[in-house]
Amino acid sequence: MQTEEIRRHTISILVDNEAGVLARVIGLFSGRGYNIESLTVAEVDPREQLSRITIVTSGTLMIIEQIKAQLRRLVPVHKVSDLTIEGPSVSRELALVKVTGTGEKRVESLRIADIFRARVVDSTNESFVFEIVGATDKLDAFVRLMEPLGLMDVSRTGVVAIARGPNPI
Amino acid sequence: MTGAEMVLKALVDQGVEVIFGYPGGAVLPLYDELFKQNRLRHVLVRHEQAAVHAAEGYARSTGKVGVVLVTSGPGATNAVTGLLDAMCDSVPLVCLTGQVPTHLIGNDAFQEADTTGITRPCTKHNYLVKDTNQVARVMHEAFYVARTGRPGPVVIDLPKDVLVGKGTYAGPAKVKHKTYRPQVKGDAKAIEDAVKLMAGAKRPIFYIGGGVVNSGLAASQLLTQFVHTTGFPCTQTLMGLGGFPGSDPQSLGMVGMHGTYEANMAMHGCDVMICIGARFDDRVTGRINAFAPHSKKIHVDIDPSSINKNVAVDVAIVGDVAHVVEDMIKLWKAKQFRADDRALKAWWGQIDKWRARDCLRYGASDKVIKPQYAIQRLYEMTRSRDTYITTEVGQHQMWAAQFIKFEEPGRWMTSGGLGTMGYGLPAAMGVQIAHPDSLVVDIAGEASIQMNIQEMSTLAQYRLPVKVFILNNQYMGMVRQWQELLHGGRYSESYSAALPDFVKLAEAYGAVGLKAEKMDELDGVIEQMIAVDRPVIVDCRVDPAENCFPMIPSGAAHNEMLLGPEDEAEKPISEDGMVLV
Repeated sequence: MQTEEIRRHTISILVDNEAGVLARVIGLFSGRGYNIESLTVAEVDPREQLSRITIVTSGTLMIIEQIKAQLRRLVPVHKVSDLTIEGPSVSRELALVKVTGTGEKRVESLRIADIFRARVVDSTNESFVFEIVGATDKLDAFVRLMEPLGLMDVSRTGVVAIARGPNPI
Repeated sequence: MTGAEMVLKALVDQGVEVIFGYPGGAVLPLYDELFKQNRLRHVLVRHEQAAVHAAEGYARSTGKVGVVLVTSGPGATNAVTGLLDAMCDSVPLVCLTGQVPTHLIGNDAFQEADTTGITRPCTKHNYLVKDTNQVARVMHEAFYVARTGRPGPVVIDLPKDVLVGKGTYAGPAKVKHKTYRPQVKGDAKAIEDAVKLMAGAKRPIFYIGGGVVNSGLAASQLLTQFVHTTGFPCTQTLMGLGGFPGSDPQSLGMVGMHGTYEANMAMHGCDVMICIGARFDDRVTGRINAFAPHSKKIHVDIDPSSINKNVAVDVAIVGDVAHVVEDMIKLWKAKQFRADDRALKAWWGQIDKWRARDCLRYGASDKVIKPQYAIQRLYEMTRSRDTYITTEVGQHQMWAAQFIKFEEPGRWMTSGGLGTMGYGLPAAMGVQIAHPDSLVVDIAGEASIQMNIQEMSTLAQYRLPVKVFILNNQYMGMVRQWQELLHGGRYSESYSAALPDFVKLAEAYGAVGLKAEKMDELDGVIEQMIAVDRPVIVDCRVDPAENCFPMIPSGAAHNEMLLGPEDEAEKPISEDGMVLV
């Protein structure tokens, strides 16, 4: 029964930064019916022209293994690493959160932002844009608390993650 | 050198001799270069889908990479079915598609299609070349990707300005892919685990697939040797037929939905399953939670994503069949492993009882030609010759798989994974191009054959003496069979109305048309068909009501086979089974 349990995994993929590589990865997920909970991508090695894709996905152990095997089958994929099971890792997400309001609500939003170590990156007389960095559940909690205080807009980067310790992916 | 010159140079450097293609605006520079040379032979098909199937037939009967050349837009989209067919059956192909000039890409230009976008999920890899200096690298890399690891189709999309532009050529030796390195050698520890498991087996079975055929003649010879050394029974998938000699006493025939009773019962009852180059496809496993329930499973496959995909296995070995089996044999001998002879004797005793059911038997008739009988006669009359068989898709395909025994790999070309009607005729064309003096027979149905019938014209042009043997039952037989079993006999749109006169049709294409309607005409027609050194269509009129048995109905397990019409009423198909394909 253990294998039937659905778990969330963070998978890091090193790919050639060439046209269509992201479409290959996303197409694999949609075509085979796998979940994407979050996805980030950017070039990380300009000299070798490598990009790193971080995908948060969920599934049974058998599905997760299958996802990794399918990813490794793509020709421009260099390395696939399952950060959830291959030792400890750190993951971060950044969000920009726009809150509008005046009076006590405005002050309260600032107070909460302070507790969460969110920074104000834009402000008008009736609005703030907060920048917050942290794990996904921290961002979720912050956004939830802002809802009654005039939450207008949220933009999130999705998760980036890296293994702890001295070794590369 | 221009891009077009480089493409042709690269093909020659890769040892290509034949291209299957169809010209159009975007590939005119390539066709102009083809015109100026005589090293590469171009075969002009009548539809781009047929070009791909012909290249598949060529590739599968030679072990070489098949090459296709089509134009942009509709040329490329017509090729898509063939590409996916090659993907599903792991056939190495390189397909060159024309593209509008780079400055027009994205502008909805005439005959523009997002070819790399469309073909991404139906190729092993694809390229859009935007710089003439990249042409040589991409060409050589594409051949490497297509033929190594688990083989598959690779598309190279070539914009017209890239073909016309000038650049520098590099030979194949200078090109190496940055990271793509398929694993061919199996892990030693896993191989040892596998061999130990085999030595302890009481009821073992080899279950072999297309991977054995793809790995090459050596793989099939090594595997045959290993099966003989161990004394284990061996069953083959549809794609694996010929990977182990079909008439060998240790062969149980085909496994799966229309496989033999003995093969499926042995799969169900085995305690150790040695799966070599097969992928636990739903047509093989039947109901997955009842699949070989008391067995330990060993899986050898070159594609890691095939392992633990449908069925969890106990020992996984990633590697090429020939390499892995060679290591298995060495270890078996070095450690002096022996099969458990007593247990094996009892197991064979059980298998012989299953064999005695004679599951392929059918109701004989002296009036109407039974389709099974027609295939049997065709087999008997061609088996001593240098014969290649292709098929379309449907009942005739399954009967061919059941009744023809293939003794070596590369003699059997059929669309397994995708099940593409219209595959057989163009595939036979490709086989005949590669083997001009051999007997090449496309076993067809009257419905399938009409999906690529235009290729009769290609046969005529190149004087290819392909024999099209149509089992004409005036139905899309497999559809009709399912409607009979699952949908209360409501034969919705499965009747082949308004059929052409195939004899006249053959003559119209400059081929020979023959017809067999009665039992006593059959042998004569087959004899004539073989004797004629021209393309032939045989219209063999067979019993329209015949169904293909044995059959594992959808959603059933291996030990719940329908053996014949008498079983249909007793074992109704479950509601769960009805929603499966």
